[in-house]
Amino acid sequence: MTSASLSRLTGVAMTLFGLILVTFLIGRAMPIDPVMAIVGDRAPPDVVARIRLELGLDRSLVEQFWIYLQHLLQGDLGKSVMTGQPVTRDILQFFPATLELATSAMLIAVVIGVPLGVLAAARQGSLFDNIVRVISLIGQSLPVFVLALICLLVFYVKLDFAPGTGQQDVIFQGMVPTITGMVVVDAALDGQWDAFWDALAHLAMPALLLAYFSLSVIARMTRTFMLDALSGEYIITARAKGLSGPRVLWRHAFGNIAGRLMTVLALTYAGLLEGAVLTETVFSWPGLGLYLTRSLLNADMNAVLGATLVIGAIYVGLNLLADSLQRRLDPRVD
Amino acid sequence: MSTYPVTADSPAPLRSWLLTDSPDSRRQAAWGGAYRRWLQFRRNRLAMTGFVTVVLLILAALAAPLLATHAPGAQDLARRLEPPSTAHWLGTDELGRDLYSRLLYGGRVTLGMVVSVVLLVAPIGLAVGTVAGYAGGLADRILMRITDVFLAFPRLVLALAFVAALRPGVTSAVIAIALTAWPPFALLARAETLAIRKTDYIAAARLTGASPARIVLRHIAPLCLSSLIVRVALDMSGIIMTAAGLGFLGMGAQSPMPEWGTMIATTRGYILDQWWVPTIPGIAILVASLAFNLLGDGLRDVLDPKQE
Repeated sequence: MTSASLSRLTGVAMTLFGLILVTFLIGRAMPIDPVMAIVGDRAPPDVVARIRLELGLDRSLVEQFWIYLQHLLQGDLGKSVMTGQPVTRDILQFFPATLELATSAMLIAVVIGVPLGVLAAARQGSLFDNIVRVISLIGQSLPVFVLALICLLVFYVKLDFAPGTGQQDVIFQGMVPTITGMVVVDAALDGQWDAFWDALAHLAMPALLLAYFSLSVIARMTRTFMLDALSGEYIITARAKGLSGPRVLWRHAFGNIAGRLMTVLALTYAGLLEGAVLTETVFSWPGLGLYLTRSLLNADMNAVLGATLVIGAIYVGLNLLADSLQRRLDPRVD
Repeated sequence: MSTYPVTADSPAPLRSWLLTDSPDSRRQAAWGGAYRRWLQFRRNRLAMTGFVTVVLLILAALAAPLLATHAPGAQDLARRLEPPSTAHWLGTDELGRDLYSRLLYGGRVTLGMVVSVVLLVAPIGLAVGTVAGYAGGLADRILMRITDVFLAFPRLVLALAFVAALRPGVTSAVIAIALTAWPPFALLARAETLAIRKTDYIAAARLTGASPARIVLRHIAPLCLSSLIVRVALDMSGIIMTAAGLGFLGMGAQSPMPEWGTMIATTRGYILDQWWVPTIPGIAILVASLAFNLLGDGLRDVLDPKQE
């Protein structure tokens, strides 16, 4: 292992440690008494004292953090007051829905966003370029929950075109076995095609919505990178050699920005987690975001911090992935 | 030593004083540079649209008590969820409150939150970035590690956790957004500082015996300002959306306080039948953040073309 990658790994480890410390401190700073949250405010004093002891609240902050770390390493994020289950189990249960939503949104966004950006750059200043700019500008200025509400109104209520909120119709609920946790995939694996089409239809609107917001970032960044690449002298050389327009565009210019684009894509994917929190709330999509907001409203601190920590860790992981992909694709880095 | 050579009724000399190729003083050069940038900015129609809209929004928010037709909290349960009319220009909400007036007062809350966040965040980011960049070594590593930790959370999620710990409300929301919004400013200021610290005039300042604090404050920080301003303008829409998102999730301003995100949250159930009630504050958010985006893009072209 080279020293550069070693220092990068320590960097990531320290960031993760910082993440854990921050979530721990947030948890300790809260005004709600964690004991009262469990036993209620009419519990006898001896019960309160016992729970306090059980939670380790009589110890020093450093000791408490140490215990928190130990539990964390065993995959123990505490118990959720709301569901009565371990938070880890809750998160494993809710996460696949978010993964399903975010991944399909990302696929749509890349397939549409990247070509939009490339073609807009190729025809800088044209009508097409301006349309792409407007599309991405609105995507960056409109809160996802506003558009989500409007889409529900137009496609579900007015046009009766899309199914309603949630992951499935009531009639299919409980019929698809849990394999991956992603209903669309599970239904396909189990060969239940009715359930599959139903789940896919439910997925379509939230996924397209989220995709739009990622698409606006991806198209804009692709366009900027491409404009930069297209002004390079090697592009002029390639053109002078008589290479065809598309070949210059896609192989020479796009090939050069692929590495940088990877970083953007990873960050966008991470940003989808954030968008998912709001989208899932509007669409009652049973993912991590909905879990997080419901826990928030119930002041279920273990669940909130667990979900926050998991999302943060995914974020760090995606950044690391982007970093190494960029190094792989772009020899100029490093 | 030049004295200001013009009076209010002679714009032409002012213009030539500003645009002269051979300014007599530092002040004249600075004003001239600013004027040239303004002329360049003014030519960008989209940026001007954004600028004018931002100014109008701020004025409307400041003058809300004068412009509002009703008290923002005045309920009239007999007239709830009415469509726009002459009595209620934008209709009424679920408690019969005037939407137009609430929108104006909501602008005060939303824009006030944004301004507070920026006032908190820009100095922190500038301080962390310049100190880290100038000091280097261990201080740089520690500060940048802290920055990385805060960058490692999606903004809204971290803000949600903070607000939950602090208890929901405008003040907590501002603190939470500020805590999540400063890292990009620190990174930017650090990058600028790294470029500036190697220049000759910083070496000269050091040779004349200027203390590190003086160099950072007087020689480096001012030069980071223009890129920081661009970044602030571009980040405004992100801050507006985070604030609205917090409000929408019930973690920002609390009802009955009119805040655009909160207004959408409390009326989202009416989207099916009285669609304009939650949609109107949504449009307000769109307009505000679009205006800031256009303004930011324009400022970037003028002040800092190399920034992404």
